Amino acid sequence: METLKDLWLFLMERKKWWLVPIILALLLVGAALVFGGGTAVAPFIYTVF
Amino acid sequence: MRVLGISAFYHDSAAALIEGDTIVAAAQEERFTRRKHDSRFPSSAIRFCLDWAGLPLDSLDAVVFYDKPLLKFERLLETYHAYAPRGLRQFVTAMPVWVREKLFLRKLIRDELAAVHGSSTKKIKLLFCEHHLSHAASAFFASPFEEAAILTLDGVGEWATGSISHGKGNTIRQLRELRFPHSLGLLYSAFTHYLGFKVNSGEYKLMGLAPYGNPVSSRVDEYIRIIKEKLVRIADDGSIWMDMSCFDYATGLTMIREGVWEKLFGFETRTEADELQAHHCDLALAIQKVTEEIVLKTAAEALRLTGARNVCLAGGVALNCVANGALLRSGMFDGLWIQPAAGDAGGALGAALAVRHIHFGQKRETDGNTDRMRGAYLGPEFSDKQIEVAARKYQAPFERHESFDALTARVAGLMNEGKVVGWFQGRMEWGPRALGNRSIIGDARNPEMQKKLNLKIKFREGFRPFAPSVLMERASDYFEMHAPSPYMLLVADVVKSRRHDLPGGYHDLDWRDKLYYLRSDIPAITHIDFSARLQTIHRETNPRYWAVGKAFEALTGYGVFVNTSFNVRGEPIVCTPDDAYKCFMRTDMDCLVMGDCFFDKSLQPEWNEVGWTRELD
Repeated sequence: METLKDLWLFLMERKKWWLVPIILALLLVGAALVFGGGTAVAPFIYTVF
Repeated sequence: MRVLGISAFYHDSAAALIEGDTIVAAAQEERFTRRKHDSRFPSSAIRFCLDWAGLPLDSLDAVVFYDKPLLKFERLLETYHAYAPRGLRQFVTAMPVWVREKLFLRKLIRDELAAVHGSSTKKIKLLFCEHHLSHAASAFFASPFEEAAILTLDGVGEWATGSISHGKGNTIRQLRELRFPHSLGLLYSAFTHYLGFKVNSGEYKLMGLAPYGNPVSSRVDEYIRIIKEKLVRIADDGSIWMDMSCFDYATGLTMIREGVWEKLFGFETRTEADELQAHHCDLALAIQKVTEEIVLKTAAEALRLTGARNVCLAGGVALNCVANGALLRSGMFDGLWIQPAAGDAGGALGAALAVRHIHFGQKRETDGNTDRMRGAYLGPEFSDKQIEVAARKYQAPFERHESFDALTARVAGLMNEGKVVGWFQGRMEWGPRALGNRSIIGDARNPEMQKKLNLKIKFREGFRPFAPSVLMERASDYFEMHAPSPYMLLVADVVKSRRHDLPGGYHDLDWRDKLYYLRSDIPAITHIDFSARLQTIHRETNPRYWAVGKAFEALTGYGVFVNTSFNVRGEPIVCTPDDAYKCFMRTDMDCLVMGDCFFDKSLQPEWNEVGWTRELD
């Protein structure tokens, strides 16, 4: 909940509403990943992300 | 007021604790976990900081993370959106990390802190500080200056890849910001990759390779022209604009578009196994010169904007001591101060200082001369009793010296005989450089020393240079520099009177032939272009190390010697007596001094460890 609150406050401050559908979609993907047990692999590159 | 700063999850995680105006403790996680550039949550470093101060976690006024994850997330989404559909591969790779972990950083940090603390951390104030503000604060608030221009230059934080700020008293006002994807740090990393070194750890190798380039060759000029025309436009204010059709890092999984670079420079991306050739060295020199030009122009802009007489630096690019030396020599500023942990680890300290002075508004005292780093000796220290316990574990015979003078005289004598000494004393250093508490030392006059250290002790590439430690009061006898360089972050030339004449056609020689040509009377630390990355030893901050320098000077007349970090290639610098003894036995080091205890290699039991190099990266 704390994260969702942070996200909401962040979007309010930055006024970047177009990010909302992307974030929602990502959270759904995220949930699928968490329940699916997949792993995240970082590539060999300067850690820009 | 007590504040704990944390950096983690990207590279070089670390923790730093400040109490009142004092930096109590600071350390990088890799030193405890023995995993180079460890980016995991710094539980061990936090535990060390709290134990050192004797404080429970809930006695802290705040815990602060060095970066703002949501801003970074915004940058990622906007970048993918701007480049779509090109960034799909990176998007698919990056997003799982975010939706599983990084978006929930607040919870993750609280959970990790709870694991360190052993109970709920809900009442602890958890703050987030912008990445470049963390760097700027680590540079300015730790510096001796009441007022200064502040430059931060690195790969990338949230959006910013560089900034110019004005620091005054307990305030920092940001004046300019360079934004992703245009980044001096990433530009340098792109060349690091192209020339066959590891991104984010091989940049200093690239810097060390640059002097092997031929400074009078038209090829270097041609490379500089290509870089400035095709890869990066440099404005008069030092800001840069990179042609992203040549780079891949914004959307892909590598730094550069290799086909484009091969066409531009005429050779394929080098791999680590490929022999270094003259054109590699020339390109390293070209990008180093371009880097220096950008740093100097940015500094000039900072001077114009702030009018300050001093300048502070942080961010990974501030570890480029050749560029730092060029800035010092430019005479643009009266004072130059660089955070010893200029990379991301230092963000932990900067974030803590920013919270103290900016968030809580606490005043800052400075005397204009003394910085707040206490020599950067902020890590763990071990008693002679703990050293004895480590020795007993390995059944290692040693001799305890009751007189420290006798010990330093013995060490000086051994160095004079060409021996290599492991020197382990007091608190571990903060930052990537060993500054005389976790160091390997030897005689800089010895013509065989560089080869011996590189190949038999550090197990690293033969071209890599070594740095000198020099008594501050003797520095100008050896180097063309009068300013202190306590953190080994400045490069200066060896004075002309000590240099040997170069043979005709020297610059056209193969780098291997240049390497072992005796360039001065202190060849082990005189790099191919007569430069040296020096550390000045100060009696006030490290009396024991200073005493070694004095003893060596008394014996030989030379107040300078080789200092390299106490580790082997791919290994973090040693932290504990156990780490130090293992490193000592794995290599051809001749003797080891830990505290007052002297270990002679010839008297040690046989060491039959196999496969230890597999532990290293």
